[in-house]
This record gives sequence, C-alpha cells and structure tokens, in this order.
Amino acid sequence: MKSRIALAFDKCKKEKRPALITYTVAGDNSKSNSLKILNKISQHADILELGFPHNTPIADGGQIQGSSYRALKKGIKLKDVFQIVKKFKKINPNKPIILMGYFNLIYQCGENNFLKNCKDSGVDGLIIVDLPYPENKLFAKKCKKKFISFIQLLAPTTTKNRMRQIIRDSHDMVYYISMLSTTGGKLKVSSKKIIKNYNNIKKINNKINLVIGFGITDKNIRSLKSANGLVVGSLLCKIITNSIQKRQNPVTNLNKMLYKLKKEIS
Amino acid sequence: MKIKKGVSLIDQHDKNFMYGGKFGGNFIPETLKKPIDDLTKLFSKLRREKKFLNERDYHFQTYVGAPTPFIKLENLTDRLGGAQIYAKVVSEANGGAHKIYNATVHCLIAKRAGKKFIVGDTGAGYAGKMLSMAAKKFGLKCKIFMGAKDIKRQRPNVEAMKKNGAEVVPVTTGSQTLVDAVSECMRYWVSNCDLVHNCIGSTVGPNIFIKICAWSTAQISRELMIQVKDEFGKIPKKLKLINCVGGGSSAAGFWNEFMNTNAEFIGVEAGGPKNSKLHAAPLTNGSKIGILHGAAQYVIQDKEGQIGSTESISAGLDYPGISPLHCFLKDAKRARYTSASDEDALKAYELVSKLENISPSLEPSHAFAEAIRLAPKLKSSEVIIVNSCGDSLKDKDIIKQRLGSYIR
Repeated sequence: MKSRIALAFDKCKKEKRPALITYTVAGDNSKSNSLKILNKISQHADILELGFPHNTPIADGGQIQGSSYRALKKGIKLKDVFQIVKKFKKINPNKPIILMGYFNLIYQCGENNFLKNCKDSGVDGLIIVDLPYPENKLFAKKCKKKFISFIQLLAPTTTKNRMRQIIRDSHDMVYYISMLSTTGGKLKVSSKKIIKNYNNIKKINNKINLVIGFGITDKNIRSLKSANGLVVGSLLCKIITNSIQKRQNPVTNLNKMLYKLKKEIS
Repeated sequence: MKIKKGVSLIDQHDKNFMYGGKFGGNFIPETLKKPIDDLTKLFSKLRREKKFLNERDYHFQTYVGAPTPFIKLENLTDRLGGAQIYAKVVSEANGGAHKIYNATVHCLIAKRAGKKFIVGDTGAGYAGKMLSMAAKKFGLKCKIFMGAKDIKRQRPNVEAMKKNGAEVVPVTTGSQTLVDAVSECMRYWVSNCDLVHNCIGSTVGPNIFIKICAWSTAQISRELMIQVKDEFGKIPKKLKLINCVGGGSSAAGFWNEFMNTNAEFIGVEAGGPKNSKLHAAPLTNGSKIGILHGAAQYVIQDKEGQIGSTESISAGLDYPGISPLHCFLKDAKRARYTSASDEDALKAYELVSKLENISPSLEPSHAFAEAIRLAPKLKSSEVIIVNSCGDSLKDKDIIKQRLGSYIR
C-alpha cells in the first residue's frame, strides 16, 4: 500500500506541479493557534512539516529559533505536539504530516515510545536534523516497520557516492538542502544552480520524490518549480512573528501567503 | 565499561565514534558530514606526519612556551599540614591558559587545509583570546562567538581578542553564555563550511573536535611526566591529579600521559552558588545522557530533553554538558568527579593567591578548593598536583565585586 506521502506526490505530478510543503513549529504561537494554522494552510499545502522545538538547535536560523522559543515559552511538550497532530488528523485524515526536530527529544522519550506516539497520533514521516546517515540506519528501519517514512537529507556537500547510498536507503521522500546555510538563510546560490544539482540527484534515481528546502520564499519559488516538492518554512515563521508584532491574526496572514505560493507554482 | 591499555584515550571509540558505546558520536546536520569527514582524514594523516609533529613541537616550544613550570606550593602545604601540594602552572603558557594548545594546533591544521578564515566559540574568553592570538600569528582571519553575558563578565579577554584583530560576535540567544556561543558558532560553520575552519574551544562537539583538542592539551601531561620524574625520581605511589572540568579540555590534557599509571584523577565541576539549585556539574549531580552539540554525554536537561540552565561564577565552567571523554572516564571508574561551589572557589583563589606566587583564575580555583579540602586528611607522603590552568587577571572584576579586593 502506498503511503500518504507518496500519494500526495502522485497527485501533484498528475497536476504537473511541485508539492507545496510547509514547515511550522508546533505550539507557535500557542497550542490552539498552531492547530488552527495547520487546519487552514492544509487547504493549500500538500504536505505539512511540523517542528517539535528544541532549545539548542544547531542547524536553524533566526526565524525558526524564534518560533521554537515562543513555543517553548508557552510550555509546549512532546505530548502536546502529538495532541496537535491527532486533532488535525481527525479533520484531515489524508493530509500527510511530517514531524521534524532534533534527536535528543526522541532519545529522552525512547525511540520505541516516540514511534508508538507517532503511530497513535497519525504522523506519516520524520525528519531528524542531527541524525545523519549511516548513524540513522537502525532508527530508519524501526520507522519503516511502523510505516513511518524516515526522510533523509542531502546537502550540497554530500558526495555523489554518499548520495547513492542515502537514496538507496530512503523512503518515499528525500530532502535536498539548497545551499550551505542554516534554515531560512538568504538564497545565496542561483536557482539555476540549485536546479542543476537537483537534476543531478534525480539522475541517480528518477523515481525518488526529491524536494528542495532552505531559503525558499514567495520571491523565488517559481524559479524552482520543476522540483517534485518545495519546502517553505522560515518565511512562514517570519509571518507569525510579524503578525504578532502588528497584532494581526497569524492564521489569516499565513493563509494569504499560502494562496500566493500555491499560485506561483501552479 | 573499560579503558583499553596501549590505545590513547581519544582513539578508544567504536566505528560510530562512540566511547564505551555510549558517549560521543557525530550527531550533526548532513551539511557538516563532509567537512567533518575531511577534517577527520586530514588530522589522522597529520598526527602521523613527522613534519607536522615537528611544527607543533616547534611552536609549543617557541610560541606557547614549553615546559610550563611545575612548582611546590610550600606555604599552602605547610598551612594545611597534610599532603604535599604542587601546581602545574599552565597559566604561564603564552596568553595565560591551556587554551593556547588547541588554538595553535587548529591554526596549523587550518593552514594545511588551505583555509584562510577561522572561527571559534568561547566562554571565559580564553579560548577566544588564544584563537585570536594564534590566528594573528599564522595569518588567518578570525571571528569569535561569545555569549553576551560572558562578554560583560570577562572584559579583559574580550579586549585582548579585539586587539588581536578578531571580530567578537555577541550571542544573544538563550542564556547568552558558552552553550549558546557553541551553538551559534556551529550554525555559522554550517553556513560557511566551504571556506571556514571551525575551532571548538574544548573537548566537546563532534568527535574530531574532541580528538584534536585533547591531542593538543596532552602537551601538559607530557611535560608533567618528565617534571614529576625529575622531582621524585619516579611517579609517587600516592598521587592525585586534580583538575577543574567544564568542557574538560585541560583535565583531558593533564591526565593523558598518566592514564596507565596509579595516579588518581579527580575532576572538579562547578557547583554553582551555594544556595542555588542551578549548577554546571552534570557528572557530580547525576544528569542523564543526552545529545548536545553533536555528541552524546551526561548533560543538564529536563525530562523532555531541553538543555537546562546552568550557573557558575566561572564562565569557563558554565556549560551544561561535559566532554564524552570524561563521561567515559567516569563510567570506566578511571576518574572520579566532584564539585566545588562558587564560594569554595573564591576562598581557594584567595588562599592560594595570598600564600603563593601564583594566582589561579576562578576555573582552577575549583580544583584548588578540592585540594584544600583533601590535603589535611592525607599523609605527608602523598602528593597532590593541581593544574593551575588559568590566571586570575581576567576575573579581576568579579573577584573585586565578591571579595572587596583583588590580589594577585
């Protein structure tokens, strides 16, 4: 049986457009708002990434750090993250949700316990920022057993040989980091160059669903639309920050942005 | 958990770079995998290369100043009336602390790697000061990440860094101390790893940084081994080597050559203020294993895995984690760890500075506190050596504020 993530990509391919993937932090700017945000933006997004915040993130830029900080300050715990997913899935059972975060939270929760919670709440996939290949092999296997996709990352520094191995061991979706940067950096490589790298990876295995993330905004998303999927994260976190500052409703502002992003790539 | 004989401590990891199967490893973003692999390969080549070793020894000799003095603290010994107390005065090294070893080696490696730009983190400011010094000497551009709180409390070292031409970047996230400086420096490296060499200031972080740092500070015990044999004719039967531990770089270097001897290793963590629940002593206070800055280690954290706040009068020890090497030494029962409070450290600073010609900074003052506590209980045939790995000058402001006056 195909996973929801794979089905989402199939649907987008049929519509001849990339999958629109969002990233927001669970609990930002509150537990209930976070759920409202997911419910709203899922009308436009094909796959939703949900960050479970950590207070020592070594790969996140300012925007996502800010979101994580807000969420942690409101007291978000892993159990709340799973609650948000569960409630979301009750309304949107077929929309894939990917949890993203750092390994220490899984380590403290216990790998098996964490995966059981994922399964129970309806999580479809996991991205663990600081658990690279091949150290992640065992955990990735455990995920697969529970029909949860373990999503591997590729970076501009990843060697070709290593890419082959990683792709061979990947499930449903692979995430290509567009440039040397933490999340949300300014795109310092041309879209043309990113797409060229993207195509080279696709040559290794054309069947993988390869998505591009880091530095993608409404200004540049159109130029990357030949990819299988595009992840927008920091931009959304920034909209939440700005909305709070201007005392506006982040849900409405995010929805507007998602509408625009979708239009750009359709 | 056991320490293998005949294998140096830094090499006692498995294929996943874990010590004792539990500590260390490389929990890093994919982007850093290649730069870390490259650095690992380069270092493993260089440490076997005669020319590189000669270069290192030459700079340790002429630039760092080797050997640093090994002296008996006669007055302190007399006052306490017990064990013979000695100090390895590493603070006599160029720049005033042990951090110069790691900084020098990293600059030499960066040169070999063809990098022109080096970045580093700092807590007490020593790692940053030394890196800025060494970078200047070896013609590298330098950027130092330092917590905003630490910038305020370690002013003399900040001024030194700036004087050496380094850019000091204040880190204003989180607790604004060392833990945040290390995170920010790693993030900077993620974004610039093609052009920049990263120097983590202690035996923490991804495995290769632990290795390079401990390999560099091992100079301390290489010197000490000769000095001890000169002084006593052999290694004393009952010998205690006492060292403060924050990240653990000076202790790792102080103990390395004595690993296969009978010498007892005592690590002293920062216990924080006497009446505070906060501390920076994960080993003493039984913190659980977690992942911080790319490595598994005992780390101060909450149940969920969020890294906990720390508190210590000593910026250099104010870190929630501890080197995987020390976790390994603890679980293998090769070293034991205890803590000293802020107040104990201040008292120790005062006593040593009054009685002796040395004046330890607040970091080694933690080690002196333990030596002062133990010495009266021991026989005069027993020997205690304390690593006086930093000079109090940088703590002048804090000491004045706390004790009313500063003596050196």
